[in-house]
Amino acid sequence: MIKRVKIKSSNRDFLKKVETLSGEDITVCDRCGVCTGSCPLTIEMEISPSNIMKMVQLGQEDVMDYNSMWVCSTCNYCTARCPRGLDVSKVTEALRQIKLRQSFDKIDIDKIPKEELRELPQIALIGAFRRLTS
Amino acid sequence: MKIPYYPGCTLKSTAKHFEDSAIESAKKLGIEFVELPRWNCCGVVASLADDDIMHHLAPVRNMIRVLEMNRDGLVKNEKRLLTLCSMCYSTLKRSNQRVNELIDDLDVLNDFMYKEEVNYDGSVKIVHFLEILKEMGFDKIKESVTKSLENLNVAAYYGCKLLRPKEIGIDNSEVPIIFEDFISAISAKPVDWRNKSKCCGSFLTVDNKDVVVELGYSILTNAQKSGADIIVTTCPLCAYNLDNRQKNIKEKYPEFKEIPVVYFTQLMALAFGLSKEVTGFDGNYIDPVKLLKSKNIKV
Repeated sequence: MIKRVKIKSSNRDFLKKVETLSGEDITVCDRCGVCTGSCPLTIEMEISPSNIMKMVQLGQEDVMDYNSMWVCSTCNYCTARCPRGLDVSKVTEALRQIKLRQSFDKIDIDKIPKEELRELPQIALIGAFRRLTS
Repeated sequence: MKIPYYPGCTLKSTAKHFEDSAIESAKKLGIEFVELPRWNCCGVVASLADDDIMHHLAPVRNMIRVLEMNRDGLVKNEKRLLTLCSMCYSTLKRSNQRVNELIDDLDVLNDFMYKEEVNYDGSVKIVHFLEILKEMGFDKIKESVTKSLENLNVAAYYGCKLLRPKEIGIDNSEVPIIFEDFISAISAKPVDWRNKSKCCGSFLTVDNKDVVVELGYSILTNAQKSGADIIVTTCPLCAYNLDNRQKNIKEKYPEFKEIPVVYFTQLMALAFGLSKEVTGFDGNYIDPVKLLKSKNIKV
């Protein structure tokens, strides 16, 4: 069965927003899947990096309902290997930023067990708070 | 040679043995680390959103300190800034790259920091200690080795930030060799293995421990299957995820056998015959001393 996707102006606006925040020309992506094949975290993601690109190309805001953008550790395998020279990690950052700039926090510091907090090095805490809190 | 040195937050606390072993080993090679006066945190992760100029402030401020050190005579015409931690290296270098490419952003940052005595001009070069060692020549390191590590099979773990993105990497992002060359230079035996630049999970260790356990298990067991006795790293976050998290790996995979993870400078200090206060093996979670003794290496 053919699934028809209707692109509305709100979809175009979302694509434009992600392109502005990421600085990446997202429509250039061929969806070849090299990012998905290279990503060590694909296995933990509800949708793969190339599917993130597809949904953003189509302007589908519900791309942010999946865990994928929060699982990306920005290890830059996708960046190093994309045959189109795109940086998918900047796209996941743009998606995170859209949420974070609405005062959304992915981590709740009160829910981190006390003994973990005592043991975690600064580098882990600062990195996580920078990427995952508003 | 005197060189400006940026320690970063974790090297002053949980990774103190990384800093101590690096400073003392460097002295043996005639390199003096001159710590940046009034350095500040780099922010750990690079600012990636295109409109987020603010988070480049912290890295750029550190580069201003390098210019001030030259002005004040703390170093002589040395605009390289040496880092040990991979995250600091990456974050500082990516900010430096951005302000060199986008001069308008540099103007915005300089305007914001109008109280600084010096404007940043983009002239500082961010380098990693491994690059400096390579530049000196690994032969020179060989000459300083007094304790042979020839029985030790070492897996060099690059992680992400030393190699990627390609533009800021210290070596080829797919087939790096610099770390293995270093290990050969300190007389140990580098092993070839597949997961040398696989991500350890990075900051996800804070709220997504399960992911880090899976990645760590895959990285560590791959090193073991490739014949490694020990893993060396350049990053305090990788060290935490691969070393301390072994207790969590063991809970999930009871058959998992522990493997020591140490900083590259600790092995260098050991090979240079430095004291145990300098090598600091008591700072590692999985004790490497037992392994080293079994290889007839006096610690």
